[in-house]
Amino acid sequence: MPKVKIPTPLRQYTGGNTEVEVGGATAGEALENLASEHPDLKQHLYTGDGKLRSFVNVYKDDEDIRYLEGQDTEVTDGDEISIIPSIAGGRCR
Amino acid sequence: MQTRQPLVESPNGALELSNEEIARYSRHLIMPEVALEGQKQLKAAKVLTVGTGGLGSPLALYLAAAGIGTIGIVDFDVVDESNLQRQIIHGTSDVGRPKVESAHDKIKDINPNVEVRVHEEALTSENALEIIEDYDVIVDGTDNFPTRYLVNDACVLLNKPNVYGSIFRFEGQASVFYAEEGPCYRCLYPEPPPPGLVPSCAEGGVLGILPGAIGTIQATETAKLILGIGEPLIGRLLLYDALNMRFREMKLRKDPNCPVCGENPTVTDLIDYQEFCGIPQAESAEQVNGVPEISVNELKQKLDHGEEINVLDVREPHEYEVANIGVRLIPLGELPQRLAELDQDEYFVVHCKTGSRSAKAVKLLQDAGFQNVYNVKGGITAWSEEIDPSVPKY
Repeated sequence: MPKVKIPTPLRQYTGGNTEVEVGGATAGEALENLASEHPDLKQHLYTGDGKLRSFVNVYKDDEDIRYLEGQDTEVTDGDEISIIPSIAGGRCR
Repeated sequence: MQTRQPLVESPNGALELSNEEIARYSRHLIMPEVALEGQKQLKAAKVLTVGTGGLGSPLALYLAAAGIGTIGIVDFDVVDESNLQRQIIHGTSDVGRPKVESAHDKIKDINPNVEVRVHEEALTSENALEIIEDYDVIVDGTDNFPTRYLVNDACVLLNKPNVYGSIFRFEGQASVFYAEEGPCYRCLYPEPPPPGLVPSCAEGGVLGILPGAIGTIQATETAKLILGIGEPLIGRLLLYDALNMRFREMKLRKDPNCPVCGENPTVTDLIDYQEFCGIPQAESAEQVNGVPEISVNELKQKLDHGEEINVLDVREPHEYEVANIGVRLIPLGELPQRLAELDQDEYFVVHCKTGSRSAKAVKLLQDAGFQNVYNVKGGITAWSEEIDPSVPKY
């Protein structure tokens, strides 16, 4: 199963896990499975109409899936999927 | 040795180093990658650091020590006690002073040869081009999305390299955005997150040492660009995970459809970045909209009069441990599951650190049918400032 690396800002929605193994043959499936296992993640990854949010970048290993096959990018055992959100600083409100 | 065109041409005989400078820069001068010529390039260089906070502190200190000739600093803030845990350019005796003043003095103390240009103002769409134009390299050490997009766009429009660094909790990112040679910040993140998804205090914070790591990476990249040595971080995003002590690197590509550096740019002038980032003019107005509020003074009066009020604290237990006003704690995240513990017919006043999370809690309670729920304006911070200074402010 591919592994999804969870960045700091989203770890609160994965029970603090930094890495989650999920099923799925494509990056899109893996993320959907991740979001259904951790429903609170959903609104942070997807827009209301189900598109990946534009400030959330997804990488297969070191390559942005936008420049592979997008959500159809194939993933296999041992592949590392990383979610890299934009961060601005530690200031809070 | 020189792998690329240096950003600052060697001034050769037009610029000399004094004997004091030669002694000072000895460890540079004995390395062929820098040597006398490189040291003169550094001296001829003008670097702008946007922000003199967590990232700007180590950046400015190292750039000054390394002999950058002109360092510009932009900041409108004053030094606060809560800055000292990571903003090492400011000291305890600087609390209350403008950050640019404190930074100026520290830079001059480290290296009096540096010309410090102070811009005591916020970088805005009105002044950014004018300020940035005079510099060779811009280093982004800001802490908010509007300024990051502003710095990016201004750098693309003026064809300047933007040395990027960003930090959060135990994690940092660094890259060099230089549209002439590679992607810009917008190629990486075309849009900012909506304000509602920006971390609240329950999720914020930063390890004090973290900006040291990222800021020095930015300073390193700045020096390399000026000297034209090594391989810059252009087209690469460096990720640093301090907790697991791991560096990773992602490939960045120039987006041909990028609205600012792409083939058919639609952003050809600076825009309103507050609006772009969805931040309403009156800060936090969007949170408070429709949520009834109570000031700390009103709350104090009501409590003094012995009114039947349930005060609820929706912060995290580790925050409660730092400072509390002795009221019931239900962290915002647990509130939906714990509604049954509360009687909807009673009067509730909810507080957090500054009022943002508690506004969400009020909304949540209202939606669950609670009629009398009020948000404490300014949270426990306001309580500490206006009612009881014995409650520590964090």
